[in-house]
Amino acid sequence: MMDKQYEVKKSSPVGKTLSYIGLAFWTLVNLFPIYWMFTFSLKDNDEIFGQNVAGLPRNWLWSNYSDAMRVGHMPVYFANSIIVAAATILITLIAALMATYAITRMVWKFSASMNAFFMMGLTIPIHASIVPIYVTLSRIHMLNSYWALIVPYSAFALAMAILICSGFMGEIPKDLDEAARIDGCGVWRTFVLIICPLMRPALATIGIYTFLQCWNELMFANIFISKDALKTLPVGIQALSGQYTTNWGPIGAALVIATFPTLLVYVFFSKKIQESFIAGAVKG
Amino acid sequence: MKQKKIINTLNIIAFLLPGLILFIVVLIAPIALSGYYSFFDWNGFGAKTFIGLDNYKELFTSSAIGFLKALRNSLLLAALSVFLQLPLSLGLALLLGKGIKGERAFLSVYFMPVLISTVVIGQLWLKIYNPSYGILNVALTKLGLESLTRTWLGDVKVALGACFVPTLWQYVGYHMLLMYAGVKGVSPELREAAMIDGATSWQVSRYIVIPVIKPIIKVSVIFAVTGSLKSFDLIYVLTNGGPLHATEVPSTLMINMLFLRNRYGMGSTIAVMLIFLCFAFALLINRAFKEER
Repeated sequence: MMDKQYEVKKSSPVGKTLSYIGLAFWTLVNLFPIYWMFTFSLKDNDEIFGQNVAGLPRNWLWSNYSDAMRVGHMPVYFANSIIVAAATILITLIAALMATYAITRMVWKFSASMNAFFMMGLTIPIHASIVPIYVTLSRIHMLNSYWALIVPYSAFALAMAILICSGFMGEIPKDLDEAARIDGCGVWRTFVLIICPLMRPALATIGIYTFLQCWNELMFANIFISKDALKTLPVGIQALSGQYTTNWGPIGAALVIATFPTLLVYVFFSKKIQESFIAGAVKG
Repeated sequence: MKQKKIINTLNIIAFLLPGLILFIVVLIAPIALSGYYSFFDWNGFGAKTFIGLDNYKELFTSSAIGFLKALRNSLLLAALSVFLQLPLSLGLALLLGKGIKGERAFLSVYFMPVLISTVVIGQLWLKIYNPSYGILNVALTKLGLESLTRTWLGDVKVALGACFVPTLWQYVGYHMLLMYAGVKGVSPELREAAMIDGATSWQVSRYIVIPVIKPIIKVSVIFAVTGSLKSFDLIYVLTNGGPLHATEVPSTLMINMLFLRNRYGMGSTIAVMLIFLCFAFALLINRAFKEER
């Protein structure tokens, strides 16, 4: 009863109303630019530039989307982004799972320092390596290839992946390894058959985190890739906006095409995605 | 026994190998190489000329390169992040963490911009800021505030601020989410006990919640500051450092050195300075939070 009384006292109706006004205002600030992007992707310049700046489109101009797809090559950029992200996630997961297993489950003298070594990767900015990687890639004629992005992205995603992995692997009881060994399982079989299947929640977390990093990365993609056929979405959108400087509709359509999938996935898995970001930062 | 030990060692090496190769080839070796290149005058393909510390000297003294101005700009962005963006995030986290109706819905909306690619956000804000047709100037005109309209990204005085706003828009949700997770971790008993002792909602936040989530605030400060030092994508899309270097940051400067002027030695020098600054600030912030405790 007591605390009930105090709770009534602390949340005065005025304070509560003010809180809601603040929250509603920030909701508007968050949603309006996204709403505006969706609407101008379906308008022609006359509407965007004066007749109907902020309203819903009067004629839904789907041709903006077909322009972005056919003239703007959006499907190609989209596919490239998927290929690069999928390969990066796969490589990162395998390398991180294996390294984490060696660090947290095998007994050896330098496991702690090895962990600290990998964790340095959390602070190293991606710019640090751009000159040598660019020079090397151009010498071995690997610029303009998927690998030019996949390998660096995997390496830069590794530290965070190991960090998340060790958190999850630490929760698997060590008795399991013990039992497997007594049953005659070697290290490799224990790793593949027992540990890996139990790591599924970690894989989702790392996958989400790594996916967004690749999907959005601009600097490397911009410098290493100049062929249209290999551009990822961020670089492709930059190219497309150069093509359509005065015609806003197709640019808006391209922005929506690049954003829609992530937002759609977010609608269904918002909690899991938020947890991934929390796991990434808080455990560090 | 001995044989078993050898097999064990081999296994450990095998498990570490994929990660180690990636890490050394892409991170460690290139950083060492960047350090090495920074002592040379080099156009990327011809012969390298060893010039000792001349690149560093030039970087800090030449006003033509303007590194100090770029550094000042990125530190200004860092200050804006720490003193504007983070308090806003903290306020939202505290408000939502108290358990308010619609908490999950607000949280999910506020986090949404984090998932949108920076290039998309940059392109979108280019349109918002467009001097003749952008929604910002149109809205100001309609509200009768025509005197406030301007060429947001082309005006030396406001361009840097205009570049900061989209960053704020994009990342408030991220920091809010981290802090919110911390706020939710504060035990309800502790809160209740304080409330029974007559503490106001503000006092509970100030003396119980904030001290508990301090480690998270530290992470946020480190991310905000190193993120500002490294900022590239958004500036590149919005202004590419212009007008008249008003929004130049070290990364845009580095890219221009490399790919417009073919000065690979100088580009590497900027890269080295960036790594150094990121580590130095991370250490400094860590220490500042430790001392306060």
